[in-house]
Amino acid sequence: MWLKRLSEAGGVSGHEDEVRQIILDIIAGHVDDYRVDSIGNIIALKKGDGSSDLRVMVAAHMDEVGFMISHVEENGLLHFHKVGGLDDRILPAKVVWIGDKKVPGVIGFKPAHLTEQNERDQPIKYKQLTIDIGTTSKAEAEKLVQRGDYATFATEFVELGLAGEGWQTVRGKAFDDRAGCAVLIELLNTQYPFDLYAVFTVQEEVGLRGAQVAAFAVEPDWAFALEGTGANEIPTPKDVSPSTRLGHGPAITVMDRSFIADKRLVRLLIDTAEELGIPYQIKQPGIGGTDAGAIHRTREGVPSVTVAVPCRYIHSPAAILNLDDFDHTVQLVRESLSRLPTIPR
Amino acid sequence: MKETIKKLVETFGPSGYEQDIRDSIRQEIERHGLATEKGDEVRVDALGNLIVLKKGAGDGHKVMLAAHMDEIGVIVTHVDEKGFLRFGRIGGVYPHTLLGGRVRFADGTVGVIGVEKLEDRTKMPDLDKLFIDVGAKDKASCPVRVGDVASFVRPLADMGDRLVAKAMDDRIGCAVLLQVLRDLKETPHDVYFVFTVQEEVGLRGATTSSYGVAPDLALSVDVTGTGDTPEARTMAVSLGDGPAIKVKDGGMLAHPGVKNWLVKTAEGNGIPYQLEVLEGGTTDARAIQTSRAGVPAGCVSIPCRYVHTPSEMVDYGDVTHAVKLLVTALSKPIELM
Repeated sequence: MWLKRLSEAGGVSGHEDEVRQIILDIIAGHVDDYRVDSIGNIIALKKGDGSSDLRVMVAAHMDEVGFMISHVEENGLLHFHKVGGLDDRILPAKVVWIGDKKVPGVIGFKPAHLTEQNERDQPIKYKQLTIDIGTTSKAEAEKLVQRGDYATFATEFVELGLAGEGWQTVRGKAFDDRAGCAVLIELLNTQYPFDLYAVFTVQEEVGLRGAQVAAFAVEPDWAFALEGTGANEIPTPKDVSPSTRLGHGPAITVMDRSFIADKRLVRLLIDTAEELGIPYQIKQPGIGGTDAGAIHRTREGVPSVTVAVPCRYIHSPAAILNLDDFDHTVQLVRESLSRLPTIPR
Repeated sequence: MKETIKKLVETFGPSGYEQDIRDSIRQEIERHGLATEKGDEVRVDALGNLIVLKKGAGDGHKVMLAAHMDEIGVIVTHVDEKGFLRFGRIGGVYPHTLLGGRVRFADGTVGVIGVEKLEDRTKMPDLDKLFIDVGAKDKASCPVRVGDVASFVRPLADMGDRLVAKAMDDRIGCAVLLQVLRDLKETPHDVYFVFTVQEEVGLRGATTSSYGVAPDLALSVDVTGTGDTPEARTMAVSLGDGPAIKVKDGGMLAHPGVKNWLVKTAEGNGIPYQLEVLEGGTTDARAIQTSRAGVPAGCVSIPCRYVHTPSEMVDYGDVTHAVKLLVTALSKPIELM
């Protein structure tokens, strides 16, 4: 289980280096070949047993949402841009790590003593916020941080709940999509009937960019995208969809904003789950988007599907996932891949 | 053509769920013995596009004609404890077209679209205030699951010159392609008739099929809006004034040479036409145009009132003239100027 290391590593879109190195170190002995392509994707080949000539791509993205330092003020405070989809309302007073040396900072915020009620009722736009690294001048700040440096939420991975009892959950940042990366790493312990291309992609959060070029290079017959997806179980008076639920098994996507899943692959996943008694859920259709959105429209088209570990509070400093869901996702995808050669092309 | 049009518009086929409509179109092709000559091909690609090659006599271009098989629809996002369904849109579906309407799922289950109590009847509710009632007593007896899709229920009404149905967008384009395939007796060109999938959700089928076909030139046949109804948005296209040759829309500029070629063909053969400048919306030709190293592309559009409602109206004369325009244009060598 590599989730702790992956979660704590920095890897904002466009600067996935730390995560990439960790993954390369882990998978090196478990794949037959690997390379890092021109945009930074890891494309690893796990050779099949020779019984099927399919080429199958399984993708998980290494990047996470975060920040880029855009300007250093004379007084040493740092302006920043958001990288990927972040809600401005969650930013104030959060602690961050900046750059490869993980310089600690905090997104500054006026205390309640100094604000009026009407001010407190308004969300603050990120452009009005700055990151404070405890320096008092631009010259001092620039010894630690440069314009263009990336920043992430400063979150350590923790295990929740009573040790060894009940359902086990963990909390950390960047489960979208280090959870998918961790699932994909586990899948590489098995040999499949066909050549499996494990692709750890870059720049998903800013437009599925890594997956687009990787899929063109791999030219797969089928594709799976692995994700950490949103679960919204905050109670509401209305009987509406929570999108996904923790503890109810891997979430299968039938349609989101980026693609419509191939029906044969959805069927394969559901049949496999039902036959083996693996819990599963259908993710609320129509929301979000994943690497499958780019992969399925590559070249002449690639039938694709997305399977995800449900996570509460994604795109925030602290997401929560259930380890049973994680294990079931590994199991479901592994078993479905093994059966893949039996479905009609 | 009316019999074919009726069959196509009444067939189920929201984006991503085009199997039934694809089968219908294939049956039409087989029933009329089309695409059976030497060199002709019929195939379905990985995303579900139906690609029919009518082999030319040689010396011509590789021409792609695209019409999309998919229609807008809804997808179930949640089944509540009482068996009511919440739903999301597949393609451009708007709440004001839905209230009191009916939908049908792939297995034939029919549902009625209802709405929560409205605090303000002068304001249109958002989609999340609507639900589908399939007559279930509770969640356990509900025959529909999260992820199931449905299309509108509305039979074709033949008003003589005008035809009204759901999914004229773009089954009328599919009907035009089928008729061109029947009427195009001799052509120097290899003509690929491509019935595309997933246009309504982002031109996805056209993206992959144009990569596969790699045409020299492409036309899509799709519906366009009109400006001829009371207090309509200004648009110089009217029902019954002939097929519309696209100049531009919200997503693309037609290749001027392609536009001129179609205009010249229409004028030289006494075929009525109008020029289309559409401010919002786009079609498959946009994706085809930027495929690989680029493809000169244009559109022959069928003027259509009430697009993306369950009752889309076209003029039958516009339809038959579109067929004539395409057959005439494709019967001869093409020179783009």
